[in-house]
Amino acid sequence: MVEDFLVARDVSYRYAVRRGVEPVEVLRRFSVSLTEGEFFCLLGPSGCGKTTVLNLMAGFLEPADGMITLAGRPIRGPGIDRTVVFQGDDALFNWLRTIDNVAFGLRMQGVSKDRRYAVARDYLHLVHLDGQENKYPGELSGGMKQRVQIARVLASDPKIMLMDEPFGALDAQTRGRMQSELVEIWRKTGKTIVFITHDITEAVLLADRIGVMTKGPQSRLGAIIPVDLPRPRRRSSPGFGEMWEHINALIENEEAGVS
Amino acid sequence: MTELRAFSGKVHLRFSEENATTQKAPATSGVPAQAATPPSRAPLGWIKRDHLVYVASIASLILLWHLISTTFFKPQFFPPPLLVLQTGREMLESGELWEHISISLQRILAGFLIGSAIAAPVGLLMGSIPIVRAIFDPYVQFFRFVPSLAWLTPVVIWFGIGETSKVLIIVYTTIFIVLINTMVGVSHIAPNKLRAAACLGATPVKAFIFVTLPATLPFILTGMRLAMGNSFATVIAAEMIAADSGLGFLIFNSRLWMATDKIFIGIVCLGALGLITDRIFRYLIVRFAHQYGPIE
Repeated sequence: MVEDFLVARDVSYRYAVRRGVEPVEVLRRFSVSLTEGEFFCLLGPSGCGKTTVLNLMAGFLEPADGMITLAGRPIRGPGIDRTVVFQGDDALFNWLRTIDNVAFGLRMQGVSKDRRYAVARDYLHLVHLDGQENKYPGELSGGMKQRVQIARVLASDPKIMLMDEPFGALDAQTRGRMQSELVEIWRKTGKTIVFITHDITEAVLLADRIGVMTKGPQSRLGAIIPVDLPRPRRRSSPGFGEMWEHINALIENEEAGVS
Repeated sequence: MTELRAFSGKVHLRFSEENATTQKAPATSGVPAQAATPPSRAPLGWIKRDHLVYVASIASLILLWHLISTTFFKPQFFPPPLLVLQTGREMLESGELWEHISISLQRILAGFLIGSAIAAPVGLLMGSIPIVRAIFDPYVQFFRFVPSLAWLTPVVIWFGIGETSKVLIIVYTTIFIVLINTMVGVSHIAPNKLRAAACLGATPVKAFIFVTLPATLPFILTGMRLAMGNSFATVIAAEMIAADSGLGFLIFNSRLWMATDKIFIGIVCLGALGLITDRIFRYLIVRFAHQYGPIE
């Protein structure tokens, strides 16, 4: 496992709100270093800039200062080595059948139809969507749509999966099932995952390490907490509650403290 | 015949419930729906209540037309429906009406198709590329307020009195409607779609072809439907250009002879043709492009 696989060093980012108003500095000197193959959760309150971090890692945004590198190479623009699972289902191509959505990345790379459909079917199988390949996204449930998104990014065989609160819009039941399936997928594929959430329970269930962000604006990584609970984890696992309380206390202290 | 039934089933459903999920279902709704409902409840089979309301609505308008025209007007000022029907039959039998209809339809379709073929790509490019928008936007914003009628004389001077001028007038009307709808469509694409495409390896050109174009298609088609309506309105203007045929000519020329019954034939034909072409267009969208998104 390569250490310092994905590295953000002193990254700052500013949003121009509108003309004549001082830009808001969302991130200030944000740094993090991920190990290859780890499941990393980025946790923080709404509006702290979690999604901005993800967009910078994906290459959708460029840092104002600092730099992000993947395997030593600076990130410039989006690339198939870092694919994103978005929160909303509006990221799916609603005019394409499930299988064509999953095969989209391969199509962009000029892979032949037979080959890309074969790969797409494998990944649809991995996310338990066998038999759904001819449906359109509009005909699928919320959970199924997120499975399609996961299969779609995996089919491009990325080095890193960036996931932006992918289960945030799902009902509790579905979310629970998706969480355990994601851990299973992560184990089978060995991908590095950056998973954004504001849900402490979700982070403790999933992560190898949890990065807790400070309150925005001018956020940075406040603490990194290794989660050494054995897998598979349940909310009732020994140590789960303590871990939850520990992180919760961290966040509450952060929010209480005037920044 | 089954196809026709399915079609009319769709038409009526569209009136009652304008939403995407119902659009696919009605293709099969004709017969199975009948079988599923107890016979006592559906004595008329596939004819639904909405069909009857539809027919009753048209019938009462014709009745009202009859009453008003016979009570308050002389036939030459407001011809009653029966007189119009009779004139229409005579014109049909002589072949006169069909000639007007076919020539007008040809002009409308030519102008509409050429206009759409120009407007959709330009709208897509304007919506996607800021510099293209900056170049064309002033012209679009200026000329879309100039009605095609205002161009009649210059167009005749430049292009003569032949078919070219008539088709151009309709092209002009079509372009702005389709173009603006297309631009709106591009601006409505969820940013996540383009971002997803980018991180899945789509170059800007591929993202344009595989995401922007299909995602905008419902807006282009809606724009085309609206433009189709305007093309029917504009054919009158187009055929004011020294035409000797077409429904616009029929309407415009009949006023010289105070032949109000013929004017009404022209009006009724325009409305009916517009309705029919719109239904056909809509049917084609539902049939072949439903996966691109709901219409209306």
